[in-house]
Amino acid sequence: MSTISEIPNQGRPSSLKRSFALPKILTRRETKPYVHPYLGGTLLGIVLFLAFFITGNGLGASGGLNRILVYVEDRIAPDHIDQVPYLITMAGGELNPLDNWIVPLVAGTLIGGFVAGWMHGRLKVETGKGPNISTRSRWLFAFIGGSFMGFGARMARGCTSGQALSGGATLSLGSWAFMFAVFGGAYALAYFVRKLWN
Amino acid sequence: MAPFPLALTDIFTKFGVYLIYGLIGFSFGYVLEISGFGYSPKLAAQFYFKDLTVLKVMFTAIIVAMVLIFGATAVGLLDYNLIYVNTTYLWPGILGGLIMGVGFIVGGFCPGTSLVAVSTFKIDGILFSLGVLFGIFTFGETVSLFEDFWHSSYMGRLTVQDWLGLPAGIVVVLVVLMALFMFWGGEQLERIIGKRDLKVEPRIRFAGAGALLVLALVVAFIGQPTNADRWNGIAAEKNAQLEERQVQIHPGELLTLMHDRSLNLLMLDVRPEADYNLFHIENARQVDPGEAVSMVSDLHMEAANTVIVVMSNDETTATESWKTLVAESLPNVYILEGGINNWLATFASLEDSLQPISAAGDEDLRYHFSAALGDAYPAADPDPEHYELEFVPKVQLQTKRGPSSGGCG
Repeated sequence: MSTISEIPNQGRPSSLKRSFALPKILTRRETKPYVHPYLGGTLLGIVLFLAFFITGNGLGASGGLNRILVYVEDRIAPDHIDQVPYLITMAGGELNPLDNWIVPLVAGTLIGGFVAGWMHGRLKVETGKGPNISTRSRWLFAFIGGSFMGFGARMARGCTSGQALSGGATLSLGSWAFMFAVFGGAYALAYFVRKLWN
Repeated sequence: MAPFPLALTDIFTKFGVYLIYGLIGFSFGYVLEISGFGYSPKLAAQFYFKDLTVLKVMFTAIIVAMVLIFGATAVGLLDYNLIYVNTTYLWPGILGGLIMGVGFIVGGFCPGTSLVAVSTFKIDGILFSLGVLFGIFTFGETVSLFEDFWHSSYMGRLTVQDWLGLPAGIVVVLVVLMALFMFWGGEQLERIIGKRDLKVEPRIRFAGAGALLVLALVVAFIGQPTNADRWNGIAAEKNAQLEERQVQIHPGELLTLMHDRSLNLLMLDVRPEADYNLFHIENARQVDPGEAVSMVSDLHMEAANTVIVVMSNDETTATESWKTLVAESLPNVYILEGGINNWLATFASLEDSLQPISAAGDEDLRYHFSAALGDAYPAADPDPEHYELEFVPKVQLQTKRGPSSGGCG
């Protein structure tokens, strides 16, 4: 399978520069190319299958972020939590919003990403962006895009992981409709924001 | 009965369960990172047809997982009823998806990939994640303004195979074919717009595509287990329960359950509608025994403290429906002992308007009703204070296997 992982044309553009030095132990490994998309997809599919096979649940991300946020809110304004129906189900009364399977899953995702990045020499303080946009603008658009993403993910009751991947593999009709909506929304707007990426 | 998914909370301590979810998350994050999903320009390139990594990784993952899932259910290793299938809220899902599409092209990540970007120190990923938290916060604070819309167009656990009316295996094959066609189209776009030389792409991908398609065809050929197949797998154990009368509950116990506020009691009355209209227990739902299977996915979504009691005039029809439901892995299903006839014998003795008739056979109502009052007879809702009945309680609440909450938690 080693032939699959050595695909040219997958290096990153030179527009990125390191702006902050990490400790040597994190960065001394040589940067390796990403695996081939079909191999990555196959591995991801096996992880997704095992999640369903062992636990009955798929994968998710936005739900975990949601619960971390609600935990912080509950610390600051517990009375407010107990007044909003949407928040009560997660943190009403003494309920701990972090006491849910999605939270260790998200924590694991962070660690897994870190270990993979470390092993393949991809831990770098940097900003991924197109060549014709300043770093600061990129940060602003990342925040704006993230806000849309967070809002939409709760509206749709799941993100790309929890709806598209998990619902797609189990053949949920709503998840397939959702998936086409995500791609549709992104393609519809792509032309108008091409300066961000090209 | 299919051994998977595991009854995690029964096997492991809470720490162990969370460790398993942590390991799954670890693998998830690891694979996302090595696929390049921690790096936003690579993700965004998808939408300019230059590098279709997102499409390839996502749809490969979906079809690989799908073939494995439906393969495992076909051979009886995995129980499809016990895995979480996202419920459909059609329009909120589509609107949310469109909003997310905007967020994707503007921000360059989705929530899962931004986590990986954070853990590899990408500053745009960190800002994106903060944005996600802000968006989630805004949603939580504003959802009350459009609550009706958010709960609209609910269709329950609706699957593509139900919608199309096709066997699941056929849908699996069609989805694999669709994905392979999309991969082919995507590679052509990469060649034309991204100026990529397809000759350097590994040829093994054709073998992989072929293998997956063959596997999908095998899954379609085996077919998914029917209700009868599922019953045959558990018949020995469950018939013993029936014979030892472990699941037939006394009318007195049902009366207690009706007044137990800690339980979510569902009474399914499987008698013909005419009998139901003459008399039924208050809050019992009339269900055609032939339609019991179609209710299974809704019943699976009831709360963990749900107890289902099936009843017919005697026990024969109720027992058949009980088998149907139990075969579909529903926990806490019981039969009303002696059926409605026994219920009336227990609770209707003081009513003049109900007179026993003798000549009835099995599964006939053995009472004569002066009017079809349904649940307006006092015996439909007896006062538990009035009766001191002796019975052996049989209901024991079993923990639900499978997910307690799905989707994104």
